[in-house]
Amino acid sequence: MELLVASAIGTLTAGGVYLLLRLRTFPVILGLALLSYAVNVFLFASGRLAIDMSPILSKYGDASYTDPLPQALVLTAIVISFGMTAVLVMIGLGAFLEAESDRIDIDPSEDREDKTKDGDA
Amino acid sequence: MSDSGHFLFLIALLPFIGALVPGLMIRAGRTACAVFTAVPTALALILLMTLAPSVMRGEVVQAQVEWLPQLGLSASFFLDGLGLLFATMILGVGLLITLYARFYLSGDDPMGQFYTYLLLFQGAMLGIVISGNILLLLIFWELTSLSSFLLIGYWKHLPEGRQGARMALAVTGAGGLAMIGGMLILGDIVGSYELVDILAAGDQIKASEWYLPALILILLGAFTKSAQFPFHFWLPHAMAAPTPVSAYLHSATMVKAGIFLMARMWPVLSGTDAWFYIVATTGLVTMVLGAVIALFKDDLKALLAFSTVSHLGLLTMLLGFGTQAAAVAAVFHIINHLTFKAALFMTAGIVDHETHTRDIKRLGGLRHLMPVTFVVGTITALSMAGIPLFNGFLSKEMMLEEASHTKWLGSYYVIPVFATIGALLSVAYSYRFIVHVFLGPVRDDYPHHPHDPPAGMWLAPALLSVLVIVIGVMPFVAEALVTVAANAVTGADLHPHLKIWHGVTPALYMSVFAIIGGAVLLVLHAPMARIWNASPRPEAKVLFDWFVNSVAGASRWISEQSHNGAISRYLAIFVVTSVVVGASAFVGSGLSAPTRGLLSVPPVIAIGWFMLVVATISVVVMHHNRFRALVLIGVIGLTISAGFVYLSAPDLALTQISVETVTIMLLLLALHFLPKTTPKESPMGLKIRDGVIAVLAGAGVGGLAYAFMLRDIDTISDYHIANSYEGGGGTNVVNVILVDFRGYDTYGEIIVLGIAGLIIYAVMHALLDGPASRRLRNIDYSQDRSRDRHPLMMVVVTRVLMPLAAMVGLYIFLRGHNEPGGGFVAGLVIAIALLMQYMASGFAWTQARQRIEYHFMIGTGVIIAGLTGAGAWLFGRPFLTSSYTYIHLPPIEEFEIATAMLFDLGVFLTVLGAVMLMLYSLSRIARYAGETVNLEPMDYDPAKPATGEKEDN
Repeated sequence: MELLVASAIGTLTAGGVYLLLRLRTFPVILGLALLSYAVNVFLFASGRLAIDMSPILSKYGDASYTDPLPQALVLTAIVISFGMTAVLVMIGLGAFLEAESDRIDIDPSEDREDKTKDGDA
Repeated sequence: MSDSGHFLFLIALLPFIGALVPGLMIRAGRTACAVFTAVPTALALILLMTLAPSVMRGEVVQAQVEWLPQLGLSASFFLDGLGLLFATMILGVGLLITLYARFYLSGDDPMGQFYTYLLLFQGAMLGIVISGNILLLLIFWELTSLSSFLLIGYWKHLPEGRQGARMALAVTGAGGLAMIGGMLILGDIVGSYELVDILAAGDQIKASEWYLPALILILLGAFTKSAQFPFHFWLPHAMAAPTPVSAYLHSATMVKAGIFLMARMWPVLSGTDAWFYIVATTGLVTMVLGAVIALFKDDLKALLAFSTVSHLGLLTMLLGFGTQAAAVAAVFHIINHLTFKAALFMTAGIVDHETHTRDIKRLGGLRHLMPVTFVVGTITALSMAGIPLFNGFLSKEMMLEEASHTKWLGSYYVIPVFATIGALLSVAYSYRFIVHVFLGPVRDDYPHHPHDPPAGMWLAPALLSVLVIVIGVMPFVAEALVTVAANAVTGADLHPHLKIWHGVTPALYMSVFAIIGGAVLLVLHAPMARIWNASPRPEAKVLFDWFVNSVAGASRWISEQSHNGAISRYLAIFVVTSVVVGASAFVGSGLSAPTRGLLSVPPVIAIGWFMLVVATISVVVMHHNRFRALVLIGVIGLTISAGFVYLSAPDLALTQISVETVTIMLLLLALHFLPKTTPKESPMGLKIRDGVIAVLAGAGVGGLAYAFMLRDIDTISDYHIANSYEGGGGTNVVNVILVDFRGYDTYGEIIVLGIAGLIIYAVMHALLDGPASRRLRNIDYSQDRSRDRHPLMMVVVTRVLMPLAAMVGLYIFLRGHNEPGGGFVAGLVIAIALLMQYMASGFAWTQARQRIEYHFMIGTGVIIAGLTGAGAWLFGRPFLTSSYTYIHLPPIEEFEIATAMLFDLGVFLTVLGAVMLMLYSLSRIARYAGETVNLEPMDYDPAKPATGEKEDN
């Protein structure tokens, strides 16, 4: 089981990083989505894996529980990563509508415009 | 702390408090503004005078309050003779300048601003001279650099003013940074940053191997501030400031800060060869160089600026001699220089104000037109020249006396000769100030017909010129103050006698030679000026600009090389660096043996894992088709939710599944406006490079996860499990952690989420108001629009589902404290139910039925959560302490209700509001893009496809 989870984290990370390095906004956003899956599962796994040990206190005092702390952290992380994705999507969309291009890199030829502007020294 | 200690705090604070007033009071008129500036200054001066008697008796007034004891920084103040001398000068001249500036500045200048800056500067300067902690002193030191920047650049419309202010800030600021280093070294040697401790540890400091670095760094700060060679060039450029500023900053205060510092540190740092050769030589060079340049300047203020440079050099040299007699001379000359130089600056300002020029070549003959100004200017200029019966003569004699028996590199001639040359040049430019401006025939080509200014303007310099004569004729009146200040500098018990006639001494010969030689130089001035102007010489401003430009150019080159606008490159560097750092940490430390076994894998789970891996690889391979990639992302998210269920994380599963839904909706909406495919443009080399990086990163993270999953750790979670029910009143430990144990974190997180929602809303508005809006209107989206936009079945089902979904949301919310669920999940569930309405029945239809603004929801949520937390204060508990009780309502079983639930309500509202605001903003763009909207649901009509749609306008 641990091997499966670890390899899933690894695959998600690799896919996320690869998409992150693409040149257009949309794949980068997808890459970030994959990476946030990977990070969330990674954080969750730091509490070690457990089956049938939900952190819901049992009425019969003899139950054992999995580590609840990483779960609480990941829960908010999931919601926050949604917020972050939404902001990125909006900014990417705005950039595309303003520039008519969804490239994320500045073209080196456009970069030279403000070189002539120096201080008024 | 005694009462007098409290007074010290008040003195330090008064200018800063006062600084708030003039800026606000300017509407009450310019005179009122000046009065409101004078009041705090005068108050501080009166308080200072109440402390003066005890200081004059040789006591030291101290006051201290701990500020940051961890850093050794305390707000401690310290008033001894030296501080008293400087504080009196700062406040006294401050009053005179306030009066003078009232009449000098024109009605067009923002006078309130001026006085505010002036008080800020005065406070900073005062802070330097009465600080009892060197860290505090450094803070005030930097404040003087900043506030003088504002004052020098006060006439913002003048480029010279801006450039001069920048140059002054760059030079004095850089020196200040060096001084911080030096002071920290001092504090480190002594083990305390208190001035008292440092002054007592002179021998320890001089014996330390860090003495020389500390000395050089501190002197860099002092020399830049006091315009010593080779940093003298900023002072003349700072003359672009209004004349009151020049008179205040450049005669009495700011440039004297460096002198003050050298005097303050004199017992600690002086007396070594390094001190003598660095300080005395710099002072000597500055004195002669400044005087030479001053002689050939045609601008009145430039002449005075370089003469100030020269006199500061003289003071520096005296302090550099390291003898007690020289220190007495320095202290006396500080007073004398203040009186004549401030008056001279104000005189120059009056001449400028009345004739509209400061060019000496266009002036002359003003003695008939401006008799009062002539008298004041002549008295003070003669004092600057060092003519007997004026106070400048006394301290210059003492300087020459000291110079005459000081040995420099084995020679008894170097210092006396150069000191005499400096004095001679000083006489020459002082004569020139009198002769070329006031004497000579009356001209008829002044830019403006001059006459004496109103009394308000000449009163201040006239008062100073009276002081010049009083001290010059009766030097014993200044004796007490000089004695107490000199004792503070030297730490000895001196009894100097200030008198006019010392007998026939070498100094007298030197003085006579200077006075006669100066007159000769003035006669020869015209031919010498021609030679001077023809000869090439380095222009400091050009060098400075060249230096600044080359540093800026180099920085630009470096940032362009490393920061070329390619985000993908930065990301690649970032990922590779993370992998390398992580891997190197792994390599260095040995891995302990695994302590946990592997869990078994049922076949269903293996299939889930397989789906996840295949879907991930497919996303990567097929990401060019963006819709397909989205579907696959959905598959991944759902698989992960299922995994959470299996691995004992029901809360996570619920959250993940609802977030997944919302995310996909969001991306779908965005994709509506974005290209539907990603072009295949990466060259093979790039793909391989990125692939390698990705695989390395994946292997690293996966390996790390595998490694720690096989090992046990100590966790603090047992505490949470044990106290969840007892302390938090809930059995769902995850929820209790969220709303109780770590409630503060959650509070921060919902605020972040709310801000994200507001950002999106704001970006949407910026877009719709910008050039993008025209583009949006012209895009033709018809090809991806369905004919049946609002299918009957979907409308009916969502409408039926709405109350059910709301019920489920409520249920999830209520059970959250004890069973999986809670505010986060409930908020998402309700959000999805609402979004379904938008999708099924259309934007306009749903919007028309929306009663509560989403911003309001976010705000209410945050406020409810915050108030719940603050409620704990009422019971004397820390923020966000929760409490709970059990209630029994007849039809329902007994249940417990916790304040944490109220907090969770805040979470719920914020999440709901933020998510809705985000998707609402995206859909508004769609509406703006010219999409028709329906006001009725189910607008499908096969016979007339276009009817039923109304243009939204």
